[in-house]
Amino acid sequence: MTRITLTVDGAQVSDDVEPRLLLVQYLRERLGKTGTVIGCDTSNCGACTVHLNGTSVKSCNVLAVQADGGEVTTVEGLAQDGRLHPVQEAFRECHGLQCGFCTPGMIMQSIDLLNTNPSPSEDEIREGLEGNLCRCTGYHNIVRAVQHAASHGSSTAGATS
Amino acid sequence: MTATEVENEIGRDRRRKEDQRLITGRTRWTDNIVLPGMLHLAMVRSPFAHANITSIDTSAAKAAPNVVTVLTGSDFGEELGVCINAWPITPDQVTPGHSPMPSDRVAFAGEIVAVVVARSAAEARDAAELVDVEYDELPAALDLKKAAADETIAHPDLGTNKSAYWVFDSAEAGTGGSADEAIAKARTDGIVIEREYRQQRLIPAFMEPRSVVVDPTGEQYVMYSATQIPHIVRFALAATTGVPESKIRVIAPDVGGGFGGKLQVTPEEWIAWAVGRRLGKPVKYTETRSESLLSGHHGRDQWQKLTLSAEKDGTVTGFKVELLADLGAYVAIVGGGVPVLGAFMFNAIYKFPAYHFAVQTVLTNKTWTDAYRGAGRPEATYAIERIMDELAVEVGVDPLEIREKNWIKHEEFPFTTVCGLEYDTGNYEAATAKAKEMFGYDALRAEQQQRRDSGDPVQLGIGISTFTEMCGLAPSRVLGTLDYGAGGWEHANVRMTPLGKVEVVTGASAHGQGHETAFSQIVADRLGVPFEDVEVLHGDTQVAPRGLDTYGSRSLVVGGEAVVRAADKVIEKAKPIAAHLLEASIDDIDFAAGRFSVRGTDQGLGIAEIATAVFAAHNLPDGVEPTLDSDAAYDPVNFSFPHGTHLCAMEVDTETGALTMRKYVCVDDIGTIINPLIVAGQVHGGLVQGIAQALWEEAVYDDSGTLVSGSFVDYLLPTAADTITFDIDHTTSPSTTNSLGTKGVGEAGTIASTPAVVNAVVDAVRHFGVNDIQMPCTPERVWRAIRTGGKGGATTEAAMPHFEAEGEGA
Repeated sequence: MTRITLTVDGAQVSDDVEPRLLLVQYLRERLGKTGTVIGCDTSNCGACTVHLNGTSVKSCNVLAVQADGGEVTTVEGLAQDGRLHPVQEAFRECHGLQCGFCTPGMIMQSIDLLNTNPSPSEDEIREGLEGNLCRCTGYHNIVRAVQHAASHGSSTAGATS
Repeated sequence: MTATEVENEIGRDRRRKEDQRLITGRTRWTDNIVLPGMLHLAMVRSPFAHANITSIDTSAAKAAPNVVTVLTGSDFGEELGVCINAWPITPDQVTPGHSPMPSDRVAFAGEIVAVVVARSAAEARDAAELVDVEYDELPAALDLKKAAADETIAHPDLGTNKSAYWVFDSAEAGTGGSADEAIAKARTDGIVIEREYRQQRLIPAFMEPRSVVVDPTGEQYVMYSATQIPHIVRFALAATTGVPESKIRVIAPDVGGGFGGKLQVTPEEWIAWAVGRRLGKPVKYTETRSESLLSGHHGRDQWQKLTLSAEKDGTVTGFKVELLADLGAYVAIVGGGVPVLGAFMFNAIYKFPAYHFAVQTVLTNKTWTDAYRGAGRPEATYAIERIMDELAVEVGVDPLEIREKNWIKHEEFPFTTVCGLEYDTGNYEAATAKAKEMFGYDALRAEQQQRRDSGDPVQLGIGISTFTEMCGLAPSRVLGTLDYGAGGWEHANVRMTPLGKVEVVTGASAHGQGHETAFSQIVADRLGVPFEDVEVLHGDTQVAPRGLDTYGSRSLVVGGEAVVRAADKVIEKAKPIAAHLLEASIDDIDFAAGRFSVRGTDQGLGIAEIATAVFAAHNLPDGVEPTLDSDAAYDPVNFSFPHGTHLCAMEVDTETGALTMRKYVCVDDIGTIINPLIVAGQVHGGLVQGIAQALWEEAVYDDSGTLVSGSFVDYLLPTAADTITFDIDHTTSPSTTNSLGTKGVGEAGTIASTPAVVNAVVDAVRHFGVNDIQMPCTPERVWRAIRTGGKGGATTEAAMPHFEAEGEGA
């Protein structure tokens, strides 16, 4: 067991964890952050995407011990004072989700994309989301949602830095 | 509340009610559920496609840390139940018994042979590695055609792989002439087109892996499951495990997609049920993605032998369809019914005078197959829309022209087809005209010609699919004649709360479709209450005690109609109460926009006021029950028949085989649209699933029966970077089979798009002598087809190694 201390969605947490424990398992099983989900075993689907120190990571591909001392933001930490993050709002506005299972990862990756490139072209959006799979939307409205968020100047609001 | 100024909700692009919890992570996926004392399961699965189990040694696993027990099939008796087939398509169907956990023989790689129960999921999985199973390997039936010839038997005790042979013949049914005669005649003085198409094996690949939690504490056993069909699961649990239905509650919480893949009663659910009951403790099992791809049912997997006969001018005179359909190792819940669902759709939108359909369902030692988005209808649409292109080539006309020559004209509706189905409404001319205009059809045809003339290495192809489908599963009487094991009705309950809110209970069970939003819109209009005041409840057999769940584009067409009828009953119940409170005759009471008014006066009461008065019950007319709650069960009288024209432009690099989708236009007639935003989403997602069959996806087995596309590394789901923006629009001819005029949209995109894409690819390279490319049309296959004029070859090899062998690469 290894002691780790980190900040998750603004709250400091500290736990003894097995070295093999994945960050996503730590978030879900130890912290109850079940908004972040697991969709595959091979880091292909991106459903578990969170921000670690301001950058998107697939939390199934990070050990909990690697996040020691870091700052993690999940989809549950985006809305501030009951106000949705503009990218969350854009996904609803543009119907960028159906079953919603890929949505937490899709939103976290979209925020990261817009942080790096506030005015992406359609191709840049599509390539920027290539690591996140969605089976419902055909991506059409997800791309619209990111465009919508970009045109409403949302890249930094609420996102971790 | 004032409800008099509610604007029309139906047709509005309402943002979804579901989204708030989904975009903030306030979700209840089955795997999120944690109960006191809950234990975790891990499955031990067979690595062999076909083998006798000679011994299972669980001692090392049982001794592992925090393992509670390890159980095998022989540890259970009848309480383990069986996985059922609800649709024996013929009376003499050969159906192997399907134990959730067989103790003697495994019939596909991935079948469960033991279950480990531990305090954590990780410990359960660690211990599963320690279960020592000895197998005696048996020859496996893997290739569909060889299996159909009984070369190797998948279940030796059955003596054959042939499960059922199901035939529809229009001459025998009295709905048309003899296809054989038409074909014989055309061989002398007409055109006969013969083709064989392959429907490759696909995997539904919903994003949420399946998960099940069983809670045996309390009077009712509760099962939470990531399923499309909580009501059917409850029925099947009761029917096969000896627990009365009244003791079973099945809950489908938030469910992350299904596409038919969660329309199943699974070994994993049944094992969790048995273990939970055995131990008296809550248990959870969540599959890994690899387990999902390996053991969740697959879809399609057919060989289609087609013979089309026509006059020399292209008028079709007959169509004969002979299918081989791979069931996999077991006959799943719908199983052989999937090709039968397609049987009535091969004639599509056309006026064929003669039709013959036959399917042989075949058992193999592969993962079982069942419904996957479209279920039978994509296969039918693919076959007919591909072969109509071939006919156009033979006649020497544009493929749209050959379709128009044969399709049902809009003034001919209602039209009874050669299968005996009555298409109520449709307008193929209107949808096609609109699609052509949006697509810029003539300009693209001109560009195609120019590229061909100039020998451009990048050729352009145009693909057409003028599809129809049957939705709204299903009239119970029809299901009865087809020997399906249940009905096709749907149930709804509408009730008014004391403070005037509306609760709508539906037996449909959404998993991404947006029922909470769409049904709220319907009820808001019907009862004249604000959209926000309607709450839709579903997916729990104790909340919604009657229902037949969600599949087959049925929720709106059948479930929505039940909601309408229940809402209308609320109004009828409220009327005498309104009359009483308004001191008027019931004959003078009008209801509009949520208000009961006395005709010719300004007297009136809102429906919420009536609800409050009913709750108090201080002043009701004599003999009137103090409730407005109303139930309705709706059994459709007919299917509905959405249709549309899809046009696809593909660029093919003839030097490399690389494909680029240039443009995709579709104009669908899905009847009345409740919410255009939700409809667009269904179409987009459907399109990509159909396009993915055409271009990318295939479940591939190696020659020992191992699924080599067993992860998302190998099973190629499209990404945002693989897909394009679509141009979609609609024409509307409302269905006459339900009061809203809806037709269903859940499967349309998937059904229509596959042949549109393949037609486009073939059209781009036809001048190289290519008339078919086997799906998925990979660049390699396209490249080979161009060079050899063949179909580009089958996928026979095992997956490529992910890492280069030592010393070979950099």
